[in-house]
Amino acid sequence: MKLNLKVWRQKNGSTAGKMVDYVVDHVDADMSFLEMLDVLNQQLIDKGDEPVAFDHDCREGICGMCSLYIDGQPHGPWQRTTTCQLHMRAFKDGDTVTIEPWRAQAFPVIKDLVVDRSAFDRIIQAGGYISANTGNAVDGNSIPIEKTVSDEAMDAAACIGCGACVAVCKNASAMLFVSAKVSHLSLLPQGRPEHQKRVASMMTQMDKEGFGGCTNTTSCEAVCPKGISVTHIARLNRAYIAASLSSPKQEEAK
Amino acid sequence: MATITEVAPNQKTGVLDSKVPPGVLESKWTKYRSSVALVAPNNKRKLDIIVIGTGLAGASAAATLAELGYNVKTFCFQDSPRRAHSIAAQGGINAAKNYQNDGDSVYRLFYDTVKGGDYRSREANVHRLAEVSANIIDQCVAQGVPFARDYGGLLANRSFGGVQVSRTFYARGQTGQQLLLGAYSALSRQIAKGSVQMYNRHEMLDIVKIDGKARGIIARNLITGKLERHFGHAVLLASGGYGNVFFLSTNAMGSNVTAAWKAYKQGAFFGNPCYTQIHPTCIPVSGDHQSKLTLMSESLRNDGRVWVPKNEADCQKDPTKIPDSDRDYYLERIYPAFGNLVPRDVASRAAKRMVDEGKGVGKTRVAVYLDFKDAINRLGKQVISERYGNLFEMYERITDENPYERPMRIYPAVHYTMGGLWVDYNLGTTVPGLYALGEANFSDHGANRLGASALMQGLADGYFVIPYTIGAYLSTQISVPPISTDHEAFAKAEKKVQDRLNKLMSIKGTHSVDSFHKRLGKIMWENCGMARNAPGLEKAIDEIQALREEFWRDVRIPGELNEFNPELEKAGRVADFLELGELMCRDALDRNESCGGHFREEFKTPEGEALRIDPDYTYVAAWEYTGDENVPNLHKEHLEFNDIELKTRSYK
Repeated sequence: MKLNLKVWRQKNGSTAGKMVDYVVDHVDADMSFLEMLDVLNQQLIDKGDEPVAFDHDCREGICGMCSLYIDGQPHGPWQRTTTCQLHMRAFKDGDTVTIEPWRAQAFPVIKDLVVDRSAFDRIIQAGGYISANTGNAVDGNSIPIEKTVSDEAMDAAACIGCGACVAVCKNASAMLFVSAKVSHLSLLPQGRPEHQKRVASMMTQMDKEGFGGCTNTTSCEAVCPKGISVTHIARLNRAYIAASLSSPKQEEAK
Repeated sequence: MATITEVAPNQKTGVLDSKVPPGVLESKWTKYRSSVALVAPNNKRKLDIIVIGTGLAGASAAATLAELGYNVKTFCFQDSPRRAHSIAAQGGINAAKNYQNDGDSVYRLFYDTVKGGDYRSREANVHRLAEVSANIIDQCVAQGVPFARDYGGLLANRSFGGVQVSRTFYARGQTGQQLLLGAYSALSRQIAKGSVQMYNRHEMLDIVKIDGKARGIIARNLITGKLERHFGHAVLLASGGYGNVFFLSTNAMGSNVTAAWKAYKQGAFFGNPCYTQIHPTCIPVSGDHQSKLTLMSESLRNDGRVWVPKNEADCQKDPTKIPDSDRDYYLERIYPAFGNLVPRDVASRAAKRMVDEGKGVGKTRVAVYLDFKDAINRLGKQVISERYGNLFEMYERITDENPYERPMRIYPAVHYTMGGLWVDYNLGTTVPGLYALGEANFSDHGANRLGASALMQGLADGYFVIPYTIGAYLSTQISVPPISTDHEAFAKAEKKVQDRLNKLMSIKGTHSVDSFHKRLGKIMWENCGMARNAPGLEKAIDEIQALREEFWRDVRIPGELNEFNPELEKAGRVADFLELGELMCRDALDRNESCGGHFREEFKTPEGEALRIDPDYTYVAAWEYTGDENVPNLHKEHLEFNDIELKTRSYK
């Protein structure tokens, strides 16, 4: 099939960008979306032009590196699918496809479709962990964990940190990302001791990075390639209130 | 003690000291761990360690060394340390916990791994791996890794290929992701504390050596394109494997050999480069546009049955209409004891044999079936969906076929490299102060890795081995003050890297980096892939040399030097693959036997199985770089098997 592409081109973070039109021919329905972009790039290189920069690595839907706003939707038209797993049978001959980077203040553009998502790393650094030095662990079976609880923690832990939730949100809020990590860790008995501190410091860091607040539009869940539920946001809101009520002094005394 | 010196025909002298401690196998590690030199806490603060790569081995090592008090600098080329390719591991991680009471033990895990590796690994290393395996599970649980559990709340296990016990721990089909996020969270905690400095979107482009010791690196900031100098008392490479030399593999697009290759060219020997794992269950190639191959976890072989039609005429028919009597469940037929759970190398070769005999299925006829019909009838769709739901979805997205209704089409693909930098028992390379961890080293898997053992090895190296063994070296470095990066060795190394980048940019040829990479991949797959023979390998060496020459004359790299330029990044990596490919072929040519993933067509049993030649080849081939124009030197580390009897591997 033949496609008309409208692609965001931007030389770097300090220059303005614009949409540029391209035509890609001989697109096979079995290609992934990124393989279609490979074809475009090969075409551009052959012509002596600069290829389109986009982030990608594992190409099997798990590393979270690929992004792309495709026809107004993060990761494109398929539900629960990352861009690298989106296949061209989702499109038909003659379609016009618009491709943009994630848009959010906290995710500045580096080049073309590549953005800087290190804000997510800094949120995790603020408290998205359990403080367990290597060598301190007790036997893995010494604390039984109810299967349903463990499964729910796993549901939350499935987040790949791609940032689609932020990209789709009109407030560019990172609440789904933060809440998934908080749920994952705090549902497990190992994560309870640091629960309140974790909630408070991750939320503080999220605000500091310039992500917006959550107004419960739940569009994040709709576009999440891993189907992370907004239930985690509700849980986080509850935890945040509890954490705000407990003063730092009381925390220390505990 | 397995200390080895052997003079290869084309070298003058050579010494490989495996540094395996003396004593009985079972207590080597415990004894050594308690007697290896320590660095006092006040001195640890004075020592800088550089870690390249943030996969399971790199992230776990960086976090643990920082917890101990060392100053750590960590580098990854991805936009975040959480994206390293360990994240894509699906099936699980082995550990000798014997929670299932099915006869597992440290010894059995050790034995299975040595046998699975076709008796080409170092006994003492493998035993240590088996010993620490249980600690890994405990550590991960403590970090919050949500392993699968039974209704009683205890950890669940599944089976994997090449073993007859159930010792694999898992987190759905995303075990690598969960383990990596565990290590990443430990690393993040140390970054927050300031004990680790993290450099993402940075690529290491050379090792800096001073007085023969590794003392730092030159790294390129991939956003600005600028080179940076970083000092370290020791440098740890946890940069993964080199399967992408084949262009098509299950590796991530960015996975590369560059860090390990720079180390090789700085004097670190390269061990067993030809040992490549071809994974039996991957989604087959669908066309020329293919950029990578996708694995379908080995865990599927717990419930899936592999077959091809008995009659060639049925190969294009709807598989659901082919009755059982016309199906050849060839793994169950040939290997009744292990059936569908034979090790990967055995399963891959059997699939190739079926396709070569004309029994291949699908449009391309280069695939076999993996069928869940019987498992669904036995356990119900619900159970199968709970076990493998995400894999089935992934398969359907890629192929547009529903594996609940129609058997999967699978075919082997390059997945893992057992070869890597040669390391001693301390994980030290032949360059003092330079270490290699995880898939980047050659150490524990011999000629074939068992499923769910890569995660085990990466985390063993990072959490439980290097934090101890590095003391043997760093305890001798406490009086060495940090060396200024103005030192001439840094300046020289930076200039060398800059010159090479300039040269790449100045070629301005006519063909893209990918076009060269694809051609290299084709040469490698055809001649150094699942089956190899001497004439093919000799031809491949000539072809690779010619392709390399053409690359340096005709590659086209658009964009500029000092900016974010993914084509330039790829070009540097492909240039290194173009050298590595030749070494792999040389190694495959030297090894006149078949073992594990290395199958030389000249050496097979009448049934077509791998034929080892133990008297001549029970060694690790460690290659020494001798200059771009010269043939590398071969050093041999002879492997001694004191606790395991060398036998012909049988899974029948």
